[in-house]
Amino acid sequence: MSRKNVYSRSQLSWLVILRILIGWYFMYEGLAKVFNPNWSSYPYLLDSKGLFAPIFISLTDYPFLVDLVNYVNMYGLTIIGLCMILGCFVSIANIGAIGLLSLYYLSHPPLIGVHYLMPPEGSYLWVDKNLVMLGAVMVQHFFPSSHYVGIDRYIFRKFGKTQKQ
Amino acid sequence: MSAKGPKQSKQNIDNDQITKPESKGRRDALKTLATVPVLGGMAYGVYKKIKHEHSSKVGSTLFSFDTAPTVMERQPDGKMIRLGIIGFGIRGAQLMQALGFATPQYLEDLKTQAKNDPQNTRYQDFLDQEDLNIVVNGVCDIFEIYAKDAAMAGANRKREGVNGKLDKLPAIYKHYKELLAAQDIDAVIIATPDHWHGTMIIDAVNAGKHVYVEKPFTWTVPETYLVADAVRKSNIVFQLGHQGRQIEINHRAKDIIQKGLIGDVTLVEVSTNRNDPNGAWVYDIHPEANPSTIDWKQFEGDPRRIKEYMDYMTSSGAAKYVGPDSRDKFSLERFFRWRCWWDYSTGLSGDLLTHEYDVMNHILDLGIPASATSSGGVYFFKDGRTVPDVLQTTFEFPDRNMSFLYSATLASEFNRPRKIMGTDATIELGSSLNVTIDGASKRYKDKIEQGIIKPGEPFYRYASGKSIDALSSATEMYFAERGLLFSYVEGKRYNTTFLHLREWLECIRQNKQPSCGIEEAFAEAITAHMGTRAYLEGRTMYWDKDKQIITRE
Repeated sequence: MSRKNVYSRSQLSWLVILRILIGWYFMYEGLAKVFNPNWSSYPYLLDSKGLFAPIFISLTDYPFLVDLVNYVNMYGLTIIGLCMILGCFVSIANIGAIGLLSLYYLSHPPLIGVHYLMPPEGSYLWVDKNLVMLGAVMVQHFFPSSHYVGIDRYIFRKFGKTQKQ
Repeated sequence: MSAKGPKQSKQNIDNDQITKPESKGRRDALKTLATVPVLGGMAYGVYKKIKHEHSSKVGSTLFSFDTAPTVMERQPDGKMIRLGIIGFGIRGAQLMQALGFATPQYLEDLKTQAKNDPQNTRYQDFLDQEDLNIVVNGVCDIFEIYAKDAAMAGANRKREGVNGKLDKLPAIYKHYKELLAAQDIDAVIIATPDHWHGTMIIDAVNAGKHVYVEKPFTWTVPETYLVADAVRKSNIVFQLGHQGRQIEINHRAKDIIQKGLIGDVTLVEVSTNRNDPNGAWVYDIHPEANPSTIDWKQFEGDPRRIKEYMDYMTSSGAAKYVGPDSRDKFSLERFFRWRCWWDYSTGLSGDLLTHEYDVMNHILDLGIPASATSSGGVYFFKDGRTVPDVLQTTFEFPDRNMSFLYSATLASEFNRPRKIMGTDATIELGSSLNVTIDGASKRYKDKIEQGIIKPGEPFYRYASGKSIDALSSATEMYFAERGLLFSYVEGKRYNTTFLHLREWLECIRQNKQPSCGIEEAFAEAITAHMGTRAYLEGRTMYWDKDKQIITRE
């Protein structure tokens, strides 16, 4: 991997800021669930709509699957957020984030004539904030910043050196 | 933007290549750890947020309860109970379904619905319904078609559709007394029109059968005493069909009030809000119903009861509410829509006020009120009915310093939750229980001043085993409010009628007293009759506690 910086200073700054913002958003979403003993994905799953709704709804028939979904959300979101903020294994965190965001979007697509129990905080047609967030994560995946600012800088340098030897 | 441009810019030269070797390590470390301080910000934010929520928790612990209310448990090896069903109209069919018995046609329809809509799980839910270890040995309905349907449902123990295998058909009895005389029946379910309830209960008790009867308990006041005495003196297990006794949030409301958390209750408001012909008792008339398939003579009623009814109506100035058809005149409307005429019915008081009253009697142990006042009229369904479709009844409980207001219309379904209004807080009972603290509360004055409690906003919610308090997220509040979060308890949807019937069956097996037994039934009937008489006579009716009679002053 080239160690050469391909970004201008402002490009790099904003890529790092974007990564921190997305990371913060993910991490607090995770922590809020970890600290709330009553939180469960159950009603959210049950309120799924659209083409894939039956799959999400059928998960609620099995308490152990709901527990699994809960743990993935609580700790998955927290760890993904932490990785993004620290710039540590960001490419893996990105893949996790894309996976979760895709599931959120597929379970609650903003279709015409579809209403959810939680009213949206904006107006959406086919594109919602999950999808925009997904786009942002995609951008940060293909324009990585953690190799310059973040723990990945250290990890990949070390890794690179070992390879050379 | 292309990545090519910046590459050539002077600004973007990688520092690694131009910095001096001695500062490289430091710069490297700086760049590696540059974003770590953000975590400090996160930690501080989370700490502040949890601290804020903890202050709310001080308030929410006010509404903490040791255990969730429970339903009666089944004994694993209880004996089989042999049932007889008297009356297989709309409610009778529902009761049998709650017991796990439905006609093949009904189940075929559910199967088709499931096929057309995979999300419709009613058939699967029915199959999954717990086996109550009962057998239906006899059925009786004075409309032949219903009697045959009842028998088919009773024989459909395997819960199959039209091509399924039926078990042995239960005996079809033309008269309920023949059913009561059968030796292979331990207990009966009575779901007939109101004017038959009392007589059938007495006859069932005399035949030694346990009784589950639909509400209201009785049709006339004089029979109320006779039926209550007969049941009290017997050893049978009696349950009145107010399945509201099984609604979990009502148990929690009772806990809250017993702990004194809402202060002194001065007003209870309950209502009925319906807006469709079915809700106004304009039921379908079966195409095969005619004088040869219906035993009209038996429908007319027991002569003793009719005499009690006529004596009261003529002596109290309510004769205008009798009829207008003569009792012996065959009428399909009167047979299928009997609730519309006082000749068979107890109107809104008996059909729907009783449910509301029983819920509050359960929560507040009200007993019989000191007085009742009613008003209303036939304001929308001017179809020849004699019972009102709009009714307001007020009961006074001076011993409790409390009024009870019932307000009903059959021409608007605007939702009005049940309200128990106290000096410190108000409980609203809808699909969930909500407690709103009163702005003028003395009990919560400090907490309101500290900003822990916001008066006027729901402070505590409870639905099916879960408390939602100030700690909960907005999302949870929202879901709970709509009853979605807790429509299942431990993955199982509960039907209150099923629970009420199951409780009765378990009480028979364990020789226990059901939750809506004879004393609750007596209070229900007298209360409803006071409301009815207040309407019919256009004056306040009173309860003489010592003499145990309804009086006019």
